[in-house]
Amino acid sequence: MNPALHPPAATTTQSASRTGKNRRLALILLAIVVGSLLFVSVQPGLYRAFCEWTGLYDIDRAQEISASAIPGRPITLQFDANSHDGALLFRPQTPILPAKTGDIVHVVYRVENTRDHTVIGQAVPSYGPQYAGNYVKKLDCFCFKQQTFAPREVREMPVVFFLDTRLPEEVNTVTLSYTFFEVPVESRK
Amino acid sequence: MQATSHTGYAGHHDHDSHGHPTGWKRWVTTTNHKDIGSMYLWFSFVMFLVGGAMSLIIRAELFTPGLQYVSPEFYNQMLTLHALIMVFGAIMPAFVGFANWMIPMMIGASDMAFARMNNWSFWLLPPAAILLTASIFVPGGAAGTGWTLYPPLSIQMGMGMDMAIFAVHILGMSSIMGSINIVTTILNMRTPGMTLMKMPLFCWTWLVTAFLLIASMPILAGAVTMLLTDRHFGTSFFSAAGGGDPVLFQHIFWFFGHPEVYIIALPAFGVVSHVIPAFSRKPLFGYVSMVYAIAAIGLISFFVWAHHMYVTGIPLTGQLYFMYATMLIAVPTGVKVFNWVTTMWRGSLTFETPMLFALGFLVLFTIGGLTGLVLAMTAVDIQLQDTYYVVAHFHYVMVAGALFSAYAGLYFWLPKWTGHMYNETLGKWHFWLSMIFFNIAFFPQHFLGLAGMPRRIPDYAQQFADFNVISGIGAFGFGFSQLLVLVVVFQAVKGGARAASRPWDGAHGLEWTVPSPAPYHTFEDPPHFDQAEAHG
Repeated sequence: MNPALHPPAATTTQSASRTGKNRRLALILLAIVVGSLLFVSVQPGLYRAFCEWTGLYDIDRAQEISASAIPGRPITLQFDANSHDGALLFRPQTPILPAKTGDIVHVVYRVENTRDHTVIGQAVPSYGPQYAGNYVKKLDCFCFKQQTFAPREVREMPVVFFLDTRLPEEVNTVTLSYTFFEVPVESRK
Repeated sequence: MQATSHTGYAGHHDHDSHGHPTGWKRWVTTTNHKDIGSMYLWFSFVMFLVGGAMSLIIRAELFTPGLQYVSPEFYNQMLTLHALIMVFGAIMPAFVGFANWMIPMMIGASDMAFARMNNWSFWLLPPAAILLTASIFVPGGAAGTGWTLYPPLSIQMGMGMDMAIFAVHILGMSSIMGSINIVTTILNMRTPGMTLMKMPLFCWTWLVTAFLLIASMPILAGAVTMLLTDRHFGTSFFSAAGGGDPVLFQHIFWFFGHPEVYIIALPAFGVVSHVIPAFSRKPLFGYVSMVYAIAAIGLISFFVWAHHMYVTGIPLTGQLYFMYATMLIAVPTGVKVFNWVTTMWRGSLTFETPMLFALGFLVLFTIGGLTGLVLAMTAVDIQLQDTYYVVAHFHYVMVAGALFSAYAGLYFWLPKWTGHMYNETLGKWHFWLSMIFFNIAFFPQHFLGLAGMPRRIPDYAQQFADFNVISGIGAFGFGFSQLLVLVVVFQAVKGGARAASRPWDGAHGLEWTVPSPAPYHTFEDPPHFDQAEAHG
């Protein structure tokens, strides 16, 4: 800057006013930054409120909706148990159970080893009618693996399954039957 | 800060010209926009090489199926750091470097509005870069979550994650300060007669970009701070175990993340809007529509975030809204591409290196934009989410978009910066090698993605092997071609043919009215704004 062309006094006031202008603008921009920070800090609350208002991520409500969407049909469940060689006393605790399709059913079987030595075996399921087995979705079952029974041991074993709502309409009674087979020594795991 | 350097300007002038520190002290203490611009550019180039080396580790591992060179954990760290370094360390600082060098010279200002803060914005970057790269060596290694830092994984990682979080904090502060500086400079310090609608487009793109940064960087800072408190202070913003929701992080992250995409793209648009008219020897077609398109892109970018989240279980109405809103962005972007093409129509075209890179940008960015539209469709995206199709898409817009545009700007303004013409032959080699190898590297990734190859996985099924070999060859070729630009810049700094003050006969703007190399101080008096230099 050439002092001869621009008197220093004028330059000083001009620069001072520009400095003030710049500072004011910077403060406005800083306010946007602060506003942005405030905006993000209320997000967790806003998000929760929005989801509750719309019911978007409400798991309980989603379950209610899916449960009420397809009404269950009342059917009868029968449980049966056999032991192939009579080594075990094997009985369901509730032989007959009224239920609805779409239910998650929980039943318990009682097993007693009548021998004085260890028995290793596995339960094999069968269904009546046969094709109803496709609609019994087992979530947990003692039949999934081999069982070892100590001499004279008594044990209660659970089965948990889901009754598919697509069960054909002509089926009103489903029988779930287990037969316990002793596992031959050479194929024991 | 401004007061001291400006109020007593006449008195300080002599001191500045003859007495400024030399050696390393000059660079540490400098408040000169040209020095700071150069430092930003060198820093971004170093980070570009570091991030590039990481991508070559990734491609080496992917060259054949199976695990060859690195463990899956290290692979994840490499892809995370590659992305963070390239986005925050290379591309963003490169365009801030251009902004520092060119904005004051384009609008006839003597320097940036807050020169001392400008120095600070730059010197925040090296500590952040050190935090990021050093996190590889701490127990547990660097963050391995991908650059999106999604919980729950980011809540479980080791201290490398904390270092990444602090690096993001520091980078955010640097960006915000830089942006405040840029907005103030552009709005308050234009030479008399340069109205906003006569301002060069690069300044317009940076004005909008700076507002995007000011509004969106605090959002990211907030998100990673909540991650930090979830990790160490027992809060449960995102931790489902304490009643939080990881999807909330994705909403906040992408509310920042999508504007971030345009933070990178808009300055690239600005550079190309200078280069194409200069080498077509015609004024830019549709200046006003360009300005409105920039503003529209900036605005819409805040309302499309959940198109990154189609598979998180957002409701159908949400999917439809975000799909159509995303497609809406193609309209202003299409206006820009149309205007660039129309600028060239019946122009006297010549194909020097800056123009070649601008044309490469135009073709490849349009391909990337098109695949973006494909991905915007919810039904398609559910199939392509997190596949290599997405990787191909964003490398077409980030590398061929932002990086090619930065090279166009580098070759365009290098004569002004150094006072020497660069080596045109080497420049053309650099362009053609980059263009060919880039496509060899990334085009096959579209096919890989369509065939179902997931991203962020160090191993893959046999049927993807051939395309990965091709992609690997392209990546290594592209990587090593980038060393050429180092040679070109060194040559131009050291010597070569003297550049005229306006080395490109079709170029307009105040920056071409000062000698080459640009003197240390330019426009200490606001220059007369000749309408011949006006854009638009």
